[in-house]
Amino acid sequence: MTKEVSIIDLASVIRSKNAGPFELTFDIIFKDKETYEKVKKTKVITKELIAKLYHVPIEKVLYFVEFDPANAIKATIVRPVDSGSIGETDVYGAQQHAPLLEIKIPYEE
Amino acid sequence: MKEIRVLSPVGMLGYGFPAESFQKGLEKKPHVIAADAGSTDAGPHKLGAGVGIVSKEATKKDLTLMLTAGCEHKIPVIIGSAGGSGAEVHLNWTLEIVKEIAKEKNLHFKMALIHAEVEKDYLQKKLAQGKIKPLGPVPDLTSKDIEEATRIVAVMGVHSYIKALEMGAEVIIAGRSNDPAMFAALPIKEGYNPGLALHMGKILECGAMASTPGTTSDCMMAYLREDCFIVEPTNALRKCIPSTVAAHTLYEKSSPLHIIGPEGMVDVSGCKFEQYSERAVKVSGSKLNKSEAINIKLEGASKVAYRTICIAGVRDPIMIKQIDECEKHVRNTVLTYFNDISPEDYQLIFHIYGKNGVMGELEPRKEIASHELCLILEVVAKDQELANTICAFARSTLMHYSYRGRVATAGNLAFPYAPSDIPTGAVYKFNIHHLVEVDNPDELFSIEIVEF
Repeated sequence: MTKEVSIIDLASVIRSKNAGPFELTFDIIFKDKETYEKVKKTKVITKELIAKLYHVPIEKVLYFVEFDPANAIKATIVRPVDSGSIGETDVYGAQQHAPLLEIKIPYEE
Repeated sequence: MKEIRVLSPVGMLGYGFPAESFQKGLEKKPHVIAADAGSTDAGPHKLGAGVGIVSKEATKKDLTLMLTAGCEHKIPVIIGSAGGSGAEVHLNWTLEIVKEIAKEKNLHFKMALIHAEVEKDYLQKKLAQGKIKPLGPVPDLTSKDIEEATRIVAVMGVHSYIKALEMGAEVIIAGRSNDPAMFAALPIKEGYNPGLALHMGKILECGAMASTPGTTSDCMMAYLREDCFIVEPTNALRKCIPSTVAAHTLYEKSSPLHIIGPEGMVDVSGCKFEQYSERAVKVSGSKLNKSEAINIKLEGASKVAYRTICIAGVRDPIMIKQIDECEKHVRNTVLTYFNDISPEDYQLIFHIYGKNGVMGELEPRKEIASHELCLILEVVAKDQELANTICAFARSTLMHYSYRGRVATAGNLAFPYAPSDIPTGAVYKFNIHHLVEVDNPDELFSIEIVEF
């Protein structure tokens, strides 16, 4: 049976952080290999989804990588302003992950 | 079996670490003790203003433990990105602390200071030669950027550390450095696989963060062998598991597949992370693809404005519903009242916590669900006086604005502080984030020997 499962129940780490002063990077690390492979197969988490969740054009998503050794999906976007410049809201970029927590995965039990 | 052991007592010099964990690490007989003391994470202010983010006392406390142990057991002690940003002012700040410790503890050692601040004339020449290119999503460098920078540092790799060790340095205090360099230098000098050594350095640079429960304020030990490295926190309360070490490989990087530095690109796409013992993880498969040209990262900060802020709470539900309208009113009133001042000389920014204070334009939620809001009125202006003036006017305008349906006529804002307005000084930005191609890293990083 397929049901929608919250990403929070599938991942052990969901975080955002600066990758240098000009980029913001997101890591979703899954609980185990099996969960990671299942989620990867659904193709729900994509470059397009990241662009949509953060209301940025797709060109601003600089990297989108599935990293098997860590059971992780990682995406990096251009920061709205460079770290600590005028207009900053989060110097370390550590609290920009919340939209990712809304992701739901169609999951087979 | 060939093995070299590296002890990282703490993820940031001055964050503090338990003396017992450090002692446990020393019992494993490390060949080098190294710690990172800087980062760009806290923004451009440290580099621009020439200050650190940790206190002198805390730095001294951490360094005392490290230097005392290093001298007693004849283990080299290495500090990279000294003082927070690794410019001259930061290096000198750290040097003064080392001097105090050496005197108070009667320690004697040969120390190398590695400078990383860059001369502007040198960079202008490099720019004219077309040897500077952007790093990441930044514009091309201009001569004006170089002129305007308050300070510029270059980010060193293992090269300068190895040179200092070859000169017989027992302690190295280095300017701005690539994070893994201070941990990887001795192993690479001793002939260990540079890909593994740099990957190991990447894991060690945050102390025990790659363990669970993770923290930067505790010690991590690494054992580098010919075909792998093993990491283990020295505190028995923590342990490494493959996911914590793999997760740290991704940490703060744009792409998880490569760790890029002055030495080239460490390819970690084929890495294996395995549980080695109860609290230790074994990592293998990291490979260094050496770059043909030597490209060194540059970081520069320039002063762009002065800031004054005012923090205030709003609890009135009638006002909360109209918060956007209130903001608009304040903006218009400021513009009209200060019509003799160019709008380019200042900027008024509303941080509205409870609405989109944390995420700003990235915030997907539009509705306000909170019964109270925190406002930060921020004014950045060409000088402090103007920032103070605009902030005070914006604050009083908002305090007494008669918004639609207002019943609370005594005042619209709850200030937690008196005075309500706080001048915070100069504002900086990273105006240089580029790569410079050099023939030899020695062009940028000079080494000075100091005997204690």
